[in-house]
Amino acid sequence: MNVLDFAVLIGSMLAIAAYGTWHTRRQQTLRHYLKGDESVGWLTIGISVAATQASAITFISTPGQGYESGLDFVQNYFGMPLALILIAAVFLPIYRRLNVYTAYQYLGHRFDAKTRLLGAALFLVSRGLAAGITIYAPAIILSTVLGWRLDLTIILSGLLVIVYTVAGGSQAVSLTQKYQMAVIFGGMVAAFVILLMKLPASLGDALTVAGGFKKLEAVSLSTDLHRRYTFWTGLLGGFFLSLSYFGTDQSQVQRYLSGSSLRESRLGLMFNAVLKIPMQFFILLLGVMVFVFYQFEQPPLYFNQAAWRQAVRRDPGEHLQALEQRFDAIGAQKEQFIRRWLDAKHAGNRAAAAAARAQALAALDRSNAVRAQARAAVQAADPGAQSNDADYVFVTFILDHLPHGLIGLLIAAFFAAALQSKSAELNALGSTTTVDFYRHLLKREASDAHYVAASKWFTFFWGLVALAFALFANLVENLIQAVNIVGSVFYGVMLALFLVAFFLKRVGGTAVFWAALAAQTLVFVLYFSLSISYLWYNFIGCAACVLLSLILQAALGSNSPAAGA
Amino acid sequence: MDADERTGLPGLRTWSGVYLFVFGCFVLWVVLLLALTASYS
Repeated sequence: MNVLDFAVLIGSMLAIAAYGTWHTRRQQTLRHYLKGDESVGWLTIGISVAATQASAITFISTPGQGYESGLDFVQNYFGMPLALILIAAVFLPIYRRLNVYTAYQYLGHRFDAKTRLLGAALFLVSRGLAAGITIYAPAIILSTVLGWRLDLTIILSGLLVIVYTVAGGSQAVSLTQKYQMAVIFGGMVAAFVILLMKLPASLGDALTVAGGFKKLEAVSLSTDLHRRYTFWTGLLGGFFLSLSYFGTDQSQVQRYLSGSSLRESRLGLMFNAVLKIPMQFFILLLGVMVFVFYQFEQPPLYFNQAAWRQAVRRDPGEHLQALEQRFDAIGAQKEQFIRRWLDAKHAGNRAAAAAARAQALAALDRSNAVRAQARAAVQAADPGAQSNDADYVFVTFILDHLPHGLIGLLIAAFFAAALQSKSAELNALGSTTTVDFYRHLLKREASDAHYVAASKWFTFFWGLVALAFALFANLVENLIQAVNIVGSVFYGVMLALFLVAFFLKRVGGTAVFWAALAAQTLVFVLYFSLSISYLWYNFIGCAACVLLSLILQAALGSNSPAAGA
Repeated sequence: MDADERTGLPGLRTWSGVYLFVFGCFVLWVVLLLALTASYS
């Protein structure tokens, strides 16, 4: 990166943060601070919902996923449009009719105070624990690639987001997210166009190469349970995951409750229901095109080049340099096979094209085998190093092949993505702590100015928790997986609380409260005694809580009537 | 019909119509992705 890149990076980040802080500097009521005075239009809501979901990892890792595995990850989002339709039709009108600040206030209206606090506590624990990762994960990649100190990267990006989230509240989050998304998509589209211009093949040939290497298999109707991404897992798993995330997670609920009317909130959600699949497709296709580009241009053997250089320094036998030479030789051979394959295709010689393609595929297998050896060598040199270098593919491409200025814009885009999801999380944690705990339990009668101040302090507190977690995160083994496990362990029961509230009208607060505690205990017991995939706990927690609620309500009978919805 | 019930969208007067349109877009994306998969497999 040169001076121009740093000017673009720092200028765009500070300008967006300053705009959000300045534009919202006169907020005095709690409603304005938490909901932006409900004045936000559907486009801002739509972009804000998309931005909250899309963290930096989405824009850094997803192209890497496209590079490694092709387009099949897009199926993960197939359940989302259906879940958003259900939320817009059922969840949203109820939230708006009751005029709630948080989703958990609804549980208080529908059931009772203890169920409300349980829902809010489940959110604070799961989201609070996950908060650090949205700063830590992109910081570790960006600091490695840019050669910056990890702790300074975390502190600087963390403080920036705390300042404008605390100062501006919900409206600042929505306003800044709009411009951050503009920076992100401006950068991604520019990268895509330049990538296509740099390709030594036409777009048609690039797609032929990608298809020949099985990178364009976007949809699989396979019923193989061991296959991670299929149409069916995306539709069913994606539906429940999206329903839980968009319908009950305050970081999302707060985004669409800021709409000036039910219509604006609904249209904001429908905007995402229509555009999420093509957006993910585009990001994955970008990764696939980077893969095609590196079939004509020699890629590094290991994309996390800092980790690779460290491994090479610790390799006295020069075994790793030999690996690099072998990898380069296979790459040159592979390029020849691909050019032969495309020439034969243009000449209409199908047999020759098929033969050259088979040779290219075999060369790719050999090349992947060498990469696996390199990965093992890096792990052996530093057992704490991240073994998956796919996260570094897109950043490496940007730094090595894009013009200066655009490099700064793309790095700004990654920081923007890290800040926008972080700000929405902090905003939601601060408002849930204020509304569901502080105002509900500790200080019921106070001025609006008091609650705004309290909300700012709680947002600041959660910001410091996230910063501390991110700074000490490298002390924890398998951090990302640990955070995902925490989410899966709590999400199922949280979704069940809302499903019972919406659809099982005869179940009351006492039944669902004890059912939720029992289901959460069951999930903990199963987690420590079984070795199944953690994703199953979403379903187990949800199903157990719904079933136990029905059984308990039947046992309690009319002594525990359901509260009115 | 109160203000919140109006969609304000040309050609889509009811929310059921909007949801059907969104569902139609979802089906269209899946069909296009299936066609891409079939074309290059």
